[in-house]
Amino acid sequence: MTIDFLTNAFGFNFGVLNIVFIILFVVLAPLVGGILAGIDRKLSARMQGRFGPPILQPFFDVFKLMEKEGITVNKYQDFYMGAFLFFIILTGVFFFAGGDLLLVIFSLTLASMFLIVSAFSANSPYAEIGASRELLQMMAYEPMVLLTAVGFYIVIGTFNVADVLAAGKPAIIYLPGVFIGFVFILTLKFRKSPFDLSMSHHAHQELVKGMATEFSGKTLALMEISHWYENVFLLGFVYLFIACTSWVSIIIALLVCIFVYFFETFIDNSFARMRWEVAINSSWIVALILGFGNIFVLYFLKLFGII
Amino acid sequence: MSYVTKSPWVIHYDGSSCNGCDIEVLACLTPMYDAERFGIINTGNPKHADLFLVTGGVNEQNKNVVKQIYEQMPEPKVVVAIGICACSGGIFAECYNILGGVDQVIPVDVYVPGCAARPESIIDGIVQGLGVLAEKRAAMGSAPAAKTEE
Ligand code: SF4
Repeated sequence: MTIDFLTNAFGFNFGVLNIVFIILFVVLAPLVGGILAGIDRKLSARMQGRFGPPILQPFFDVFKLMEKEGITVNKYQDFYMGAFLFFIILTGVFFFAGGDLLLVIFSLTLASMFLIVSAFSANSPYAEIGASRELLQMMAYEPMVLLTAVGFYIVIGTFNVADVLAAGKPAIIYLPGVFIGFVFILTLKFRKSPFDLSMSHHAHQELVKGMATEFSGKTLALMEISHWYENVFLLGFVYLFIACTSWVSIIIALLVCIFVYFFETFIDNSFARMRWEVAINSSWIVALILGFGNIFVLYFLKLFGII
Repeated sequence: MSYVTKSPWVIHYDGSSCNGCDIEVLACLTPMYDAERFGIINTGNPKHADLFLVTGGVNEQNKNVVKQIYEQMPEPKVVVAIGICACSGGIFAECYNILGGVDQVIPVDVYVPGCAARPESIIDGIVQGLGVLAEKRAAMGSAPAAKTEE
């Protein structure tokens, strides 16, 4: 009875396999995410002609931050940061258990909101500008994320991740435009260079550190760990476009995930930062032409029974 | 084992430097010397920094800035004075507005002499600073105290 209720509410079965996937995600995602972050830094260094830090450097950074004294400007800031981590993990759990895509997207948005509130709560000018920019970035990528879910619905007929993976053909065959649009907004989600507005990752001195200015010690470490979870989950979304029941598609999907990550690092290192107007305009244009256009065409193809 | 030595994040402040030492500090981050090999990141945010690199002497106008940056850094923290100006005031020591080296205002842990200090000696100074950082971390005990700013 309760299980049935949970199944209806979250859109996935509490089968053994799902539980295993949930545990694997919660345990392995920070490891994979941290190593991905290390590879990103190493690759960036090599692209700039430097030797670069060890692959495990992100872990050293987080362990060091754990050892530092905590300076908290506002005691609620840590609570919001904890909520950010919690909802990011929840997002991933819904996703990797094969749950409802809409639920995944809403939970992701809620998590991002907690991060923004956490930055606002410090009442520091740099953190506030960073948080405002993050809000603008959310405005920029959110339409494309929703269109992605709509695209999957039109192709598969359900929002369930498990059903998308159980389909006979990879969704990218029907959704090439949506896929390119999604990879485009991944640059915003990964906070990579042309749209690295809110955290000033490369332009250190411009906004001090944007949203993260007032976080230090454990709070900053929590933020890093949350980002590792988030990155793994986002690559999971890329995987969803390509994987279906056949083994070949699963291998190709994993390779595409690696390629997309490499591509984002490449973009990061070959573009200067752009203004926020460019971020919003370009991602809305991409969402309109590639995302909406793709779905529009698909809708009519379905209407006339061509596919 | 302590991880403080494995990921030193630095903040660089230019006191009354002639800009010679500043250029050498930034040269440490270029492909030639690549300080990120050791996990060194130039943060620009005192709240994220472990090492405070000061170039140039301290004068009446910036002594409060230096103090504030130092106070905003979370423990454990280390100050490295880079260039002879930051060590003792250097050729500017006799100027009416110069208070002297950085140690007139905040405690300095490592002195890197030279005019300008070479990138090799700056990296060397940071590595020595890491030793001090590890000692300070050990002295803090297992649980770093939390502090709330109002
Ligand atoms: S030590 Fe020499 S190079 Fe460095 S700030 Fe002083 S005068 Fe300039």
